[in-house]
Amino acid sequence: MQILLKNGRLIDPVSGRDEELDMHIADGTLAKIGKNLSVPAAQVIELRGKMVAPGFCDMHVHLREPGFEHKETILTGVSSAAAGGFTAVCCMPNTNPPIDDESVVRFIQAKARIALNGLVDVYPVAAVTKERKGEHLSPMAELADAGAIAFTDDGDPVHDAEIMRRALEYAAMFGKPIIQHAQNLPLTQGGAMNEGYVATLLGIPGMPPAGEDVVVARDILLARYTGGHYHVAHVSTAGAAELLRQAKARGEEVSGEVTPHHFTLTDEAVKTYDTNTKMNPPLRTAADVDALRKALKDGTIEVIATDHAPHSFDEKQVEFQYAPFGIVGLETAVGLTITELVSTGVLTLMQMVEKLSTNPRRILRLPPIRIAEGERANLTIIDPSLQWVVDPSTFRSKSKNTPFGGRKLTGKPFGIINNGEVFWN
Amino acid sequence: MPLKSRHLLGLDGMGREDIQLIIDTAVSFREVLERPIKKVPPLQGKTIANMFFENSTRTRLSFELAERRLSADVLGFQATGSSVSKGETLKDTARNIEAMKVDMVVMRHSASGAPHYLASVIDANVINAGDGGHEHPTQALLDMYTIRERLGRLEGLHVCIVGDIAHSRVARSNIFGLKTMGAKVSVCGPATMIPREIEKMGVDVYHHIDDVLPSVNVLNVLRIQLERDAGRLFPSIREYHNYYGITRQRLDKAGRAITILHPGPINRDVEISADVADSEHSVILQQVLNGVAIRMAVLYLLSSRN
Amino acid sequence: MRKLKAQIIDEAGFERTITRLAHEILEKNKGAGNLVIVGIRTRGEFIARRITRKIEEVEGVTLPIGSLDITLYRDDLLGKLEQPQLKGTDIIFDLNDKDIILIDDVLYTGRTIRAALDELIDLGRPKSIQLAVLIDRGHRQLPIRADYVGKNVPTSSSESIRVHVKEVDGEDAVLLMHPELPN
Repeated sequence: MQILLKNGRLIDPVSGRDEELDMHIADGTLAKIGKNLSVPAAQVIELRGKMVAPGFCDMHVHLREPGFEHKETILTGVSSAAAGGFTAVCCMPNTNPPIDDESVVRFIQAKARIALNGLVDVYPVAAVTKERKGEHLSPMAELADAGAIAFTDDGDPVHDAEIMRRALEYAAMFGKPIIQHAQNLPLTQGGAMNEGYVATLLGIPGMPPAGEDVVVARDILLARYTGGHYHVAHVSTAGAAELLRQAKARGEEVSGEVTPHHFTLTDEAVKTYDTNTKMNPPLRTAADVDALRKALKDGTIEVIATDHAPHSFDEKQVEFQYAPFGIVGLETAVGLTITELVSTGVLTLMQMVEKLSTNPRRILRLPPIRIAEGERANLTIIDPSLQWVVDPSTFRSKSKNTPFGGRKLTGKPFGIINNGEVFWN
Repeated sequence: MPLKSRHLLGLDGMGREDIQLIIDTAVSFREVLERPIKKVPPLQGKTIANMFFENSTRTRLSFELAERRLSADVLGFQATGSSVSKGETLKDTARNIEAMKVDMVVMRHSASGAPHYLASVIDANVINAGDGGHEHPTQALLDMYTIRERLGRLEGLHVCIVGDIAHSRVARSNIFGLKTMGAKVSVCGPATMIPREIEKMGVDVYHHIDDVLPSVNVLNVLRIQLERDAGRLFPSIREYHNYYGITRQRLDKAGRAITILHPGPINRDVEISADVADSEHSVILQQVLNGVAIRMAVLYLLSSRN
Repeated sequence: MRKLKAQIIDEAGFERTITRLAHEILEKNKGAGNLVIVGIRTRGEFIARRITRKIEEVEGVTLPIGSLDITLYRDDLLGKLEQPQLKGTDIIFDLNDKDIILIDDVLYTGRTIRAALDELIDLGRPKSIQLAVLIDRGHRQLPIRADYVGKNVPTSSSESIRVHVKEVDGEDAVLLMHPELPN
């Protein structure tokens, strides 16, 4: 299969290029890159006004299979990722059975290979502890050998400091990061939203920001002590961002990611009692949103990841207190990033590509995507100025639990090319 | 002049005219409660479902009495032993009840926002009888009625709510309502029981009860949840009573007339001493009767808004 | 907007009618003995006060007087878009075994009086209830009749009668208004 991408604006942090180029792709490989190319045998795709970037990688996605296929399957999750402009996703271990055994890793890899013909690379993130119970380390070496790319107990924190210390030490042996869902359980017990003025008004039990910060502070100390690589999932507080900033200034190997909903919404959104404003960690205050944007801008937070958490319609159609935490995010990530961060000057398009592609891949020790002749094509194509309105009924995800329905966004994924497959939105 | 909303979900955002209308209407119903035949016909033929997902004897009985005094037909529904304990969702429970052509639903629920959710999925009028820690509007309305009955006004009075403010829907509704009616509101309790940033609601915060007494006109004393909070939010009942209990000595030392309210049930000699509860300053029993009148007023005013 | 068709009673006529009604009540009941006065809110209450004062002038007796709000007993509440405002019933004396003189300004379909009777019976067991009205304009829909009538005024149902009292409207008068003009 031959395609010729014409006049797309290549934005590539690895080579530092930002220029209009044509690309000829033959059977999934970049055959030629240059200006004014002409390839009679190829299907021409006009990309004037659109940008071409190395494929985006979402480091934090819940694919729900095995065990919760009513919310999402690997197939529907992969379709959703492709529609969102991602050529790779890391899937979280809170499945049933959890990813604490290499058989589950291989199951996921097999499903991913046949989903849309292997269009999207799926990297399983395995559990830190057996059954994610926080008591016994999982067989991390075996899991890593089978293909696990990192370790986390997400959904839940690694609560016990001793277990966290040992996990950091052990995983360091094979260079895999420990990703922490930073939440102190006793401090946040019973909480359904951020503890603050809005929670006081609504009479809803809150989770104080300190509930996230104390865990990040503790873990940074443990990471320093053990030399392990520590990554904070879904950073939501100004406090945690500042702790990361200080650790990075000391040269420590720590990193963090932020979700689009955390840099866009505040806890004011909960006043409607819409269960699609309920997630963990919760939406915080305007001051926190500000701090997260500053942290993205100055490089303290290197990654944007969605924490895509599908739930079925009925599961979310209950009282706020009883609703499960989480919203989907794959198909709105690019739009929100461009609208909220690029259009406002917080990030340039080049920096956006770093946050969504270059940095996550580096943190996960994945090989950087080289956009050069002879390399396999792994590309994300975006229309950065397209104005569109979010319509959850058009999502490819099985679930539509988003608070962004009806929101006007600028910037939409146009398509992806990966593993010899092509997908247009 | 109708109420602005066809539901009573809370006092947050309810205008002065609406609160005034409910309290003024309750005066007429208070008169009905003094008659030999304590029944009037305006809600004849209407069916009201009382859905109480949380245990409550006094509020449930008060609503039931109000409904029967208005000649309505009453459907009582309690969570334990019902379909909810078998896993039926709130939405389906409500839809089933509505399918039986119920006109109004009075609901008490342990989740904040549950009545807002219910109002969005059924057609009947929804009256919030208490949702989690959020609001208990009829309680605050009867509290305001009682204060006005005793002191002649609400504007300019200093009302202090004492106790576990953080978990109290009675406190929140009272704060919303009293501030709308022009009263000065403060809260008093141990720091562990005062919710974050409550000053933003326009109330003063006190941690020592003796600091409030020199200027307060009304104390609304909240019940302490012994089972849930002792040991965690405060060390012991003894300590709470010594530092926050409303006792005769405290009131005498203040040397001023202070009106005492309590939503009930009272923990005698914990948050309030027995002799204060039974004293001439206490309007606790009047609250009970006024509660029926207020609930009658609410049901009457909402009943035609279909 | 309705236009005035005729002034049925002027200020002087108002006073004379009140006087005559008071005398008729005293004559029929052979004095003020067991009487109590109940006026139907709102304007019936003012008429009731005038009659009570007149009885006091004539007989030297101040009768107990109360006012009745019949809103809760109306038979047309179910169809309404909003519940009418309550005015409050204020009867502080015991009704049992009393002869009640129930007073209203205008007797029309009879439904107001029906509601008033239901409410009075809920309040106690009077010995008798007699009805005095300032104006009877006909068009009864229930078998109700007044014992004492100030003036009979035949009207068409599209016309309307307005009773003004000094306390509220600044004048004492009874006015007959034309039918409502179409827009």
